[in-house]
Amino acid sequence: MFDTALTSADFAFLARGAGVTILVTLIAVIAGTVLGIVFGVFRYQVGPLWAAPLTFVLDVFRSIPLLIQLVLANAFLGTILRLNLSGFTVACIILSLYTAAFCSEIVRGGIEAVPMTTRRAARSLGMSWGQDMWSIVLPLATRVALPSWIGLALGVMKDSALVYIVQVTELLKSTQILITRLQEPLLLLLICGAFYFVISFPLARLGGYLEKRWSHD
Amino acid sequence: MIEIENVRKSFGTLEVLKGIDLTVQKGEVVTVIGGSGSGKSTLLTCINGLEPIDSGRILVDGTEVHAKATDLNRLRRKIGIVFQQFNAFPHLTVLENVMLAQVKVLKRPKAEAEAEAVKQLNHVGLGDKLAVYPSRLSGGQQQRMAIARALAMSPGYMLFDEVTSALDPQLVGEVLDTLRMLAREGMTMICVTHEMKFAREVSDRVAFFHKGVMAEIAPPDHLFGAPRDPELQKFLSATH
Amino acid sequence: MFNYTFQWKQALARLPQMLDGALVTMQIALLSMAIGILLAIVLTMFRLSGIRVLSAIARTWVEIARNTPALFQIYMAHFGLGSFGIYLSPFASILLGITFNNAGYLTENFRGALKAIPDTQARAARSLGFPQAGAFRYVVLPQMLRIAFLPMTNQMVWAILMTSLGVTVGMNSDLYGVTQDLNALTFRTFELFALAAVIFYVITKAITLGARLIAARLFRY
Repeated sequence: MFDTALTSADFAFLARGAGVTILVTLIAVIAGTVLGIVFGVFRYQVGPLWAAPLTFVLDVFRSIPLLIQLVLANAFLGTILRLNLSGFTVACIILSLYTAAFCSEIVRGGIEAVPMTTRRAARSLGMSWGQDMWSIVLPLATRVALPSWIGLALGVMKDSALVYIVQVTELLKSTQILITRLQEPLLLLLICGAFYFVISFPLARLGGYLEKRWSHD
Repeated sequence: MIEIENVRKSFGTLEVLKGIDLTVQKGEVVTVIGGSGSGKSTLLTCINGLEPIDSGRILVDGTEVHAKATDLNRLRRKIGIVFQQFNAFPHLTVLENVMLAQVKVLKRPKAEAEAEAVKQLNHVGLGDKLAVYPSRLSGGQQQRMAIARALAMSPGYMLFDEVTSALDPQLVGEVLDTLRMLAREGMTMICVTHEMKFAREVSDRVAFFHKGVMAEIAPPDHLFGAPRDPELQKFLSATH
Repeated sequence: MFNYTFQWKQALARLPQMLDGALVTMQIALLSMAIGILLAIVLTMFRLSGIRVLSAIARTWVEIARNTPALFQIYMAHFGLGSFGIYLSPFASILLGITFNNAGYLTENFRGALKAIPDTQARAARSLGFPQAGAFRYVVLPQMLRIAFLPMTNQMVWAILMTSLGVTVGMNSDLYGVTQDLNALTFRTFELFALAAVIFYVITKAITLGARLIAARLFRY
């Protein structure tokens, strides 16, 4: 297993792939979270009836395979709208919306977890809607939502492995290319898996720890 | 016969049983009273082997409970126990609660188990609740169901661990009535309880536990009428 | 939209083939769930056994399943096992990969569910003469499955979505695989995959709704 044909150039290739994985994930998580907060607050404010169309669209992102979302977006933006977007851009757009769909659920759940009595107390002290949201709801909802959000961010990182379908060579695709060339699937897959694991495992533990700590007080 | 000989038991550095000796004859009703932390509940869970002991021994019908060779699962069929929490199995109806261990542990045929369950449930006054889930029962009803569940195993002994402590005051009476009935029928019972009036009525002997020691044991008239142990005197004047 | 003419009829003509694919997709998901649940129960017992080696196996399984991409797990089943001379068919690879993933996530769900069951339940069962395994089987397990029912439904939806990854190991009889093959024939990418998306959507909604109905019938307490 250690007698390997893997060269430093191959490692650089894998590292590049890992970089792409992290970059796509960061963009999607940041954009998706911002969008998710906007959607989540909107859905909470207008109520289930008026939010229904948005809720439906977001639910679609959670109910069909990401692979199909990417293929459809690529076909729609490229073949139909004839926009000349790179695969990377398409990947970021879809992953952001995908993240936003899950994030809006988390945000809504977080806001709903803040007791109405607490908010009434804030408003009765003369706080505006914005002040109430910023200094009462935000800190309390964050506690409820943060562990789930960490889980979501890690989920997006793992799901970003699917953007190969729009010709983005991220970590897993890089690994697969090397597997085809070097015929050393086990070693390469272990390296690749270890990379995901090393990032995901500690953060997941942190999320679990926060959840435990915050659910007790 | 239950024979308890010089039993000691610690949780970490806290010794909760400091050499208990007690023999309960067939057909006898012994109640155990005492403050919280006196070790009286621990004794019951040691008798049916749910808790290990540090030294001494406990014999049930001559079988040593904590001996390595003892089949505890078999022994426990002889000893019914009812706890402070009702421990109803929430996913089963009242009838199924009382049938489950009969069928799975005693391997009784279903029809026989059902007949026995119905009989015991009628006995404790729950004959009209057979198909109901425990969540629809009051605490007192759940506790009576737990008693029927233990009785359906045809045990030789019944242990009751503060069975009315978790109940609303108005529900205590119905459960105590059930225990009185069992005592009248000649069941061998050890009851840990805070209900002094009940202890006085049903017991052949009452034991007073204090800080892991059985400070006094006597027939109820003597124990309540002329307590000798100073801690018991303090305890009784505080509870009256 | 501008110069593009949608050809929905061409896609719809392929609907029967795609529905056949949907059946295969559901088959994989159902099988992977059934085996996954059984494995998760075994892993849960490993965790509770108090035997070090067994609980370490359970923990490792859960952490790998949850901290690496599902696609990675499928590659491991397909290419990874190949290194040991074990060559699985595409169907077996995808089934193994998804089952591994399901079992890991479900074990974690079961852990959460167990926390909601008081210790006194097992204690009450033991005091009725049940051995440890019997107390788990007849008293703890049914309650655990009840509490974990919603997460199990969610995992079933994930299993459906994950079947689309089979294409990466050469699977072509499931819904995604069929759609991909039809696309290679007709090049009506958008129409075909949109239709596949609709079918996936209907399947996942049917699962969610069906699960609710089953729960209402099954858990009346």
